[in-house]
Amino acid sequence: MNTNLLLGIAKAHLLTKIKQTLIAALGVTFGIGSYITLVSFMTGLNEMLDSLILNQTPHIHVYNEIEPSESQPIANYSDFENSMNVVKSIKPKFSQTKIHNALPLIDKLNADKRVRGALPQLNIQLFYISGSIELVGNLKGIDIMKEVDLFNFGDYIIEGAAKDLENTNSGIFLGSGVAEKMSLKVGDRIQVSTVKGGVFPLKIVGIFQSGVADLDDIQSYANLSTVQRISGVPNNYITDINVKLYDIENAPSMAKSIAYQNKLKAVDIATANAQFETGTTIRNLITYAVSVTLLIVAGFGIYNILNMLIYEKMNDIAILKATGFSGKDVQFIFLSQAMIIGIIGGLLGLLVGFLLSSLIDGIPFETEALPTIKTYPVNFDVWYYIIGISFALVSTFFAGYLPSLKARRIDPVEIIRGQ
Amino acid sequence: MVLEAKKINKHFRKPVDFHVLKDIDLNIKNGEFVSIMGKSGCGKSTLLYILSTMDTDYEGELFIKGQKISGKTRDELSYIRNKHIGFVFQFHYLLSEFTVLENVMLPAKKLGEKSLKEIEADAMEKLRILDIEGIAYNKASNISGGQKQRVAIARALINNPSIIMGDEPTGNLDSHNAQNVFSIFKKLSVEQGLSLLIVTHDLDFAKKTDRIVEMLDGRIIS
Repeated sequence: MNTNLLLGIAKAHLLTKIKQTLIAALGVTFGIGSYITLVSFMTGLNEMLDSLILNQTPHIHVYNEIEPSESQPIANYSDFENSMNVVKSIKPKFSQTKIHNALPLIDKLNADKRVRGALPQLNIQLFYISGSIELVGNLKGIDIMKEVDLFNFGDYIIEGAAKDLENTNSGIFLGSGVAEKMSLKVGDRIQVSTVKGGVFPLKIVGIFQSGVADLDDIQSYANLSTVQRISGVPNNYITDINVKLYDIENAPSMAKSIAYQNKLKAVDIATANAQFETGTTIRNLITYAVSVTLLIVAGFGIYNILNMLIYEKMNDIAILKATGFSGKDVQFIFLSQAMIIGIIGGLLGLLVGFLLSSLIDGIPFETEALPTIKTYPVNFDVWYYIIGISFALVSTFFAGYLPSLKARRIDPVEIIRGQ
Repeated sequence: MVLEAKKINKHFRKPVDFHVLKDIDLNIKNGEFVSIMGKSGCGKSTLLYILSTMDTDYEGELFIKGQKISGKTRDELSYIRNKHIGFVFQFHYLLSEFTVLENVMLPAKKLGEKSLKEIEADAMEKLRILDIEGIAYNKASNISGGQKQRVAIARALINNPSIIMGDEPTGNLDSHNAQNVFSIFKKLSVEQGLSLLIVTHDLDFAKKTDRIVEMLDGRIIS
């Protein structure tokens, strides 16, 4: 009853000053609307830029590196223990490129709770043969459906479908650069020869484009079993393991332990792409700085109108207090006005933000890098809307608090006697 | 005894210390119509605001209907004003956004003892007593000065207070309307046994009341 009465008075005040009320509300609308638009667009872009790197890059890449052994045999010879040994022209140690005991290692990684998936790959060099011309290239044997699932491989397929590769025994996904150079299209056959010799015909079931031209000019993908067959190696022959984690933060420590336990090379994504995280952080910072500034400006608008309203309604405040309304009641009236402005402005802001983001979402945006993206990327995360409306309410509360406190403290005697 | 003030002293501390009320003792009986007279600056309005509980910065004791008022919290005082005291000021202080009826209903809604229907019926009854029920649904900003003051009186009456206090309620009205307001007060005093305490400059007005309290330099002289 009492609340309704006070809200009724608040409403009457706002309605008589409808123009100022609307302007104050529009300030909030503008602030929240641009926050939503900015943050949706910025994070959309950020996600796209991140995904350029993150999608293709495993969190941990495990492989066997060809390198010289760290200690030479002479170091084990006790007679020369305290002398300086000079070994010239050290050659890399002969070792196999395959990962020793790869299949048990993959099983072990997949059983780890932190790991989303560990995928085997077989990387070989080959030649694409077109008549008398041989083009150097790379072929990766992969588990296509899992790659689609974990590394968004599907986003880079511009012709054909992932399923086609899985279902075709001797199928190949050709890089767009290779396909263009050799004038090949889906459904054609291509001859490839391995370094060890031997020519194999493969059926082109799809074309992919990673966005990195150098890569698209040489890279192709086929089923792991197909590549193993071409290279004449058994089905436990695997050169690379790509690991995707649930939490990217675990990558560096896990990489270290994998490398140490298995005597393998393991590179984590943070080491491989240190610069990209900095970029993301700074872009987010800019977004929030701009939004907060806009909301502070909106807050001052509300502060201003409430102050004005309180000066205009001095007599009303005096008589309300004289007839038995307490200071708290009067404060409630003005604070609720601020909150009404905040709620209306904030909700409108969400709507404006949503409409603007939808508009941006519809603007064509063609990029070589991400063939599946046709329009500007926008992130419609519901959290931004929740943050937006909360921020509108919090900032209008603070903007309204000081003026309402003033109204609460006004001494009715001073006003009545001042007339 | 509706109102009892014992040894009320008040100082204005700014800009310099000024002893504005000196040992004021004042009693108002049930149904008594009292006027306070005195020159400007003699402290009569200051006294009224202390008696009305709006000003709490004083020494001495104040009783309303035998209940001690001095030292109560602001919220308690708000309730006491709401329930026991009706106000009429020199200016009407109506809320211009609301209709006459809504203005009159406001203190009763705040008190919240009756249903909305009962309050509305009460308000119409008060307007009828003051002979202005015809403008009940007009906006408060759209009626004449005399009417506004009568609406203010109706508002003061809505919670059936123990006492009506007025600070020069006729000071801003022409003689015809002033006469009108006086006869309303008189009627309320006689017919409904209401106590009234009115600060005024108007000797003609004061002469017609039951008792005149005359003040000079912060003291009651008669």
